Amino acid sequence: MVHAFLIHNLRAPQAQDTGLCRVLYSCVFGAENSPDDPRPHGAERDRLLRKEQILAVARQVESMCQLQQQASGRTSVDLQLQSSDEPVPLHEAPHGAFRLAAGDPFQEPRTVVWLGVLSLGFVLVLDAHENLLLAESTLRLLARLLLDHLRLLTPSTNLLLRADRIEGILARFLPHGQLLFLNDQFVQGLEKELSASWPR
Amino acid sequence: MFTAGAESLLHQARDIRDEELKKFCSRVVNLLQKDELGPDAVDALQRLFLIVSATKYKRKLEDTCVHLLQATLCSPKCPEQLQLLCASILRETSPRDDLTLSCDHIQSTRQLSLVASVLLAQGDPKGEVRSVGQRVFRILESRQPEGPSPRHLLPVVSKITHLAPHTLHEDQTNQLSKRLVDWLRYASVQQGVAHTSGGFFSTPRARQPGPVTEVDGAVATDFFTVLSTGQHFTEDQWLNVQAFSMLRAWLLHSDPEGPSAPDADDRSELEGSTLSVLSAGSTAGRLLPPRERLREKAFEYCQRLAEQSTRRALRKGDSDLQKACLVEAVLVLDVLCRQDPSFLYRTLSCLKALHARLCGDPARVRTLLPIAQFFLNHGEAAAVDSEAVLRHLLTRTPSEFFHSPMLAFELTCFCRDNLPLFGRNLDILKRSFPNLFKLLAWNSPPLTAEFVALLPSLVDADTAVEVLHALLDLPCLTAALDLQLRLSPATSERPLWDPSLKIPSCLEASRDPQFQGLLQYLLRATASGTTERLGPLHRLLQPLASCARVVQCAQAVPTLLEAFFSAVTQFADGALTKQLALLLLERSDSLFQVPQYEAHVHRVLSSRFLALCALHPSLVVELAKELLEFVGSVSGIQGRGAMLASVVRPASLPAPPLPRRAARRGLRSVPTQVWAIGEYLSVSWDRRCTVEQINRFFEALEAVLFEVTQSRPSAALPRCPPQVVTVLMTTLTKLASRSQDLIPRYGRGRTGKPAGFPWVREWAPDACPVPDVRSAGGRLLASPPRFSSSSPTSWGPRSTCGARLQRTRVPSSSGSLCSCRR
Repeated sequence: MVHAFLIHNLRAPQAQDTGLCRVLYSCVFGAENSPDDPRPHGAERDRLLRKEQILAVARQVESMCQLQQQASGRTSVDLQLQSSDEPVPLHEAPHGAFRLAAGDPFQEPRTVVWLGVLSLGFVLVLDAHENLLLAESTLRLLARLLLDHLRLLTPSTNLLLRADRIEGILARFLPHGQLLFLNDQFVQGLEKELSASWPR
Repeated sequence: MFTAGAESLLHQARDIRDEELKKFCSRVVNLLQKDELGPDAVDALQRLFLIVSATKYKRKLEDTCVHLLQATLCSPKCPEQLQLLCASILRETSPRDDLTLSCDHIQSTRQLSLVASVLLAQGDPKGEVRSVGQRVFRILESRQPEGPSPRHLLPVVSKITHLAPHTLHEDQTNQLSKRLVDWLRYASVQQGVAHTSGGFFSTPRARQPGPVTEVDGAVATDFFTVLSTGQHFTEDQWLNVQAFSMLRAWLLHSDPEGPSAPDADDRSELEGSTLSVLSAGSTAGRLLPPRERLREKAFEYCQRLAEQSTRRALRKGDSDLQKACLVEAVLVLDVLCRQDPSFLYRTLSCLKALHARLCGDPARVRTLLPIAQFFLNHGEAAAVDSEAVLRHLLTRTPSEFFHSPMLAFELTCFCRDNLPLFGRNLDILKRSFPNLFKLLAWNSPPLTAEFVALLPSLVDADTAVEVLHALLDLPCLTAALDLQLRLSPATSERPLWDPSLKIPSCLEASRDPQFQGLLQYLLRATASGTTERLGPLHRLLQPLASCARVVQCAQAVPTLLEAFFSAVTQFADGALTKQLALLLLERSDSLFQVPQYEAHVHRVLSSRFLALCALHPSLVVELAKELLEFVGSVSGIQGRGAMLASVVRPASLPAPPLPRRAARRGLRSVPTQVWAIGEYLSVSWDRRCTVEQINRFFEALEAVLFEVTQSRPSAALPRCPPQVVTVLMTTLTKLASRSQDLIPRYGRGRTGKPAGFPWVREWAPDACPVPDVRSAGGRLLASPPRFSSSSPTSWGPRSTCGARLQRTRVPSSSGSLCSCRR
């Protein structure tokens, strides 16, 4: 199961000092702490912890992506927009996975799968032993859907005020963090449902 | 896209003040109270979501606003867009104490799912999880044909079993298991009907949906699965997809004993005995209890998926799905065999055939991992030799696919997670360390932590020396892999190496047979038991040393070295320690020249050398010859005009660029070796220590001290730091106290003048107070020098200790021994 999905900005490797790593959207499925948790917790503290955990993941993903870009000799130009007509080649986009040990920052050990597209990082935080092939293809699918339906390739749009669309996509393709085995036709069917539910 | 406009929007959202937010909340309330909820309401809620999510600190929302958000969410007439926004705002501000949401009266399952997402995010202080679970199961049990579709509820069930499995009763579990069987095995094999909008000219009967098809376009040959396609889908086909997606988690949940309860030995015995009793026939004929029936149908489903994965998919997306389905099928089979050993016989034949087929398919290499996992889990019980599977996995896969980040990650995790299961096969893992290091060398940032955990299992008395060499040569391995990729035919459109770096000289020189041999050694797949001097290869690959990937790998090596030494000191005996210490001395000047690599490695090696000496103090005497050579070569540099000033500097100062010769011989580690000599070259540590040895060391070190203090500092080679001089002098003093012959010399110094080492005073008259060296002998440094501090070492108080050092107490690192005796 997926514990969290987030989108954050990806700065170019040389631009380390300008700006900060910002989480643009995040969704945690369920809560991590259980009633048996012996630590004292208040509502505010729990939320703060959750947000900080997500930010910690975003920062790690950004650094992994930058290191991978540097190692492959790809400059920041590749992360920028080429042309809004070209389909974005998601299969060649930088991607990877790494583990988070228990306590750092989540209570349980987790696996992180990430994908970098056009200065945006898409991240899935999973349980420790998950079907990574499925997670990877789900992440690619989510990225493609978000890029298409939010028209992120158009320079003037951004995803900050589009939470309803992001939630709509997640509710169908990753309901409650459940990874789904969707073949192409199922995906098309769901996309039609999605488009039908949005007012024009 | 993240633009400047977006950044300012975020800032605005974060900076909004409480009063402004209050006003905004009332605006939202006004908008939501209207009969018609239009785009204004959507816009306002989008902004509200941004405001509450942009900051990690709590935002106070007015009570009326929160109340109205909940009401809107539960309202049956509200459009989906608004429901989504209300749910997301409530979830984003969770956990909340003031929620009155309840899913008891919601009819639409889609809406129920949204409300559940808010309730499940609360952390369950009021038993929300249980109440959601109860409501969901009541709907699932109702089984009304026209009732709400369970499609939206299955993910909720899956989440609940993940969060709070104890909230489900056994009869509820059984009920759902029965329904899962129906959905998995008996979904319709006809395509669904398109939802046409009707109209005057439409003739519904004209379009009869045909049967579902396989991914290669052929008509489906058996029951419906996730790999069956069609133009439109029926509700039960949707449920088939959902059911399989949650199957593994459900199977694990619904087995109350769990796979971990029985002892591993007992379980394999149980599996073995069951195997002999039961035949290969399936039990489909008998009426089984729900749990067992689900397992049986799950088994059939997995077998069908395995068959369907042999087909050649028409679309790329379906081809990727086939691989994911294969992995899932094997994982489910693994769970089934753990829960019910009678599945083992049938599964084994299926998996062996699958493995044979997949071995030859490079596109499906990642699917080999769960199969190997299966054989590790069940191999012993089934008397199957998992060795061949592991050998293939560890000796071939890393060499061919090290450049795939996902495979490298999965394979490393596989090795790390299964260490307890390797058993007799641990040897294969150990011998394959050169191959595993390829994964690490190419993908060091994500894999370093995994290898730190894995290293202790790769190192034993036989492999330790070879592993240490391999670790020190890891950046060189990265460079060699890069070269190998450039020389091989391209396998993908985009080059796997850094195209901005051009290395024609390397490519040309690599055709030389001498380098071929060394390259082959470095790129070997298994441990060879021998070591090779890779100096010529370092020079050949020098153009690649500044490549980003090599530099990243070099940065990981010090951490790995620490892990290595922590592991090896657990079991190393005297002989191995001696070999390793020798290795440290030899390799200190033959490292691949990556920027700053040598400095960092020397820091680790020097502290570890000292640690090794502390464990086996007689090491210094045993390695006397090599140490003498080492110290001698340091002083021999004088003839080349370079200075010894490249020794340790305080961490706060940047290292100046040094000529290569000066950096030769690992001069940063000189002080530690010298300290070790001073500490342990004594008859109290090893009876074989002779006065001649002490004298020889004294002379060599005295020569070094003379050189470091007499050479003129220049812009490129600043003066030697005081710490180094201190260590040399301290050591000389200690040695002098152990040998009768040396005391007069100590008193006189090289120029023949009395009160030893007067040239030291000339060297640093103002920089730091250089007292009479005799007093330095009176109060010596209490512990080995720490080379990270920036303050000059204190010299200690003057004492009236005379030229004859009678009772000089030498506090050594072990803290107890007085090492000066006559």
